[in-house]
Amino acid sequence: MTAAAELDRFAPLRRLTTAQRAAVADTARDVAYAQGATLIAEGREADGCWLITSGRVALTTEVPGRGEVVLQTLGAGDVLGWSWLVPPQLWHLTATAIEPVTAVACDTVALRALAERDPALGYRLALGFFELLLARLQSTRARLLDLYGSPRER
Amino acid sequence: MSAEPATVGVGSRPAPISSMLPLPYRVTDRTIETRDSVTLRLEPVDAPIAPFRPGQFTMLYRPGVGEVAISVSGDPSAEDGSLTQTIRDVGAVSRALHQAVPGDLIGVRGPYGVGWDLDTAVGRDVLIVAGGVGLAPLRPALLDALARRHLFGRLVLVAGARSPAEFLFRHHHDAWLTTVGLEAELTIDRPSPGWSGLVGFVTEPLARVALDPRQTTALLCGPEPMMRFAATVLLARGMQAHDIRVSLERNHKCGVGLCGHCQLGPLLICRDGPVVNYAEARPLLAVREL
Repeated sequence: MTAAAELDRFAPLRRLTTAQRAAVADTARDVAYAQGATLIAEGREADGCWLITSGRVALTTEVPGRGEVVLQTLGAGDVLGWSWLVPPQLWHLTATAIEPVTAVACDTVALRALAERDPALGYRLALGFFELLLARLQSTRARLLDLYGSPRER
Repeated sequence: MSAEPATVGVGSRPAPISSMLPLPYRVTDRTIETRDSVTLRLEPVDAPIAPFRPGQFTMLYRPGVGEVAISVSGDPSAEDGSLTQTIRDVGAVSRALHQAVPGDLIGVRGPYGVGWDLDTAVGRDVLIVAGGVGLAPLRPALLDALARRHLFGRLVLVAGARSPAEFLFRHHHDAWLTTVGLEAELTIDRPSPGWSGLVGFVTEPLARVALDPRQTTALLCGPEPMMRFAATVLLARGMQAHDIRVSLERNHKCGVGLCGHCQLGPLLICRDGPVVNYAEARPLLAVREL
């Protein structure tokens, strides 16, 4: 079991009340992964959510001719895994520890059941994940702008 | 009519009109940073210009071609009168400067403008956020903060580039990543083979880095949208706009607030900037074509 206070550093959980965070903490456990370990495999059933407390994780996908391409890296304070929230509950990317990683892993079956039983908790949780999703979307949009390119290329 | 030379305000320090005269400097070293950027080391032929403060710029003159504003990218503690300036080849003048080689003469006047003013961040955490060539004007602030490390709380550098090959100061990265007292996050936009660092826009490390919003002063430099996006993340994390400083770039000509080419609303960026408080800059950056 994980201390509820530990969850406070993760943005999607900050909207929860102390009691709600304690309920989420009951579904969580501390985990550790060696460098090179696969946390998530693209196309597999999405059944976990990790709150990274140390180390780095690479999100990758296989591109023919280019191999496994890193799309994004995550680090301490980031949340890995949200595909469990929405159908078809399949992972979109592969996540690999590129350094030794420690994390708080939530049991997403229990988390979904908790949200079903307590819609107020479910709403705040979904809102928190939506904020996270929006932030990542904005960052991705910024990368699409290719802001650092030379004016000579425009 | 007074016989005294006229002065104009340049930041917190008035500059005499005579500061419009370029002083000759000789290129003594040229480091290729990226495919379109070089760092030049310049030594004065005679008298040097006044010492610069981190964040200030000079007007560099390539004889027979023209003059352009370039931020100083070197160590502010250098006492030999030398200047280090990083130049990106984006136009006719910057191309001519970019092509300068050791032995060439370049005219220098300045330094001009308001710097990062790190003295007002003493006792606080300092967060430096750079995008692309925006790392160049921030490097003196980083070096200054490292030289006076005991005066500040946490010192965090978040720097982004398009790709590993387009990162400035690559030969310093390993040192930055291992310097005690400096938390460095270097990230690239485009996935690249062989890169073992972070992948993502600068806003991603900013969203997760530990931050005390009331205790932090943030220094931002890069393309304006990058600074807006980064500032948005910092504001969402609870920082106040007046604790965020951005370095703006406009069409500098005179450098001393006379000609008006660099006007941005009520500001003359050469005189009132280039470093501007985000509380002041935010509404101006929201106006198209201002």
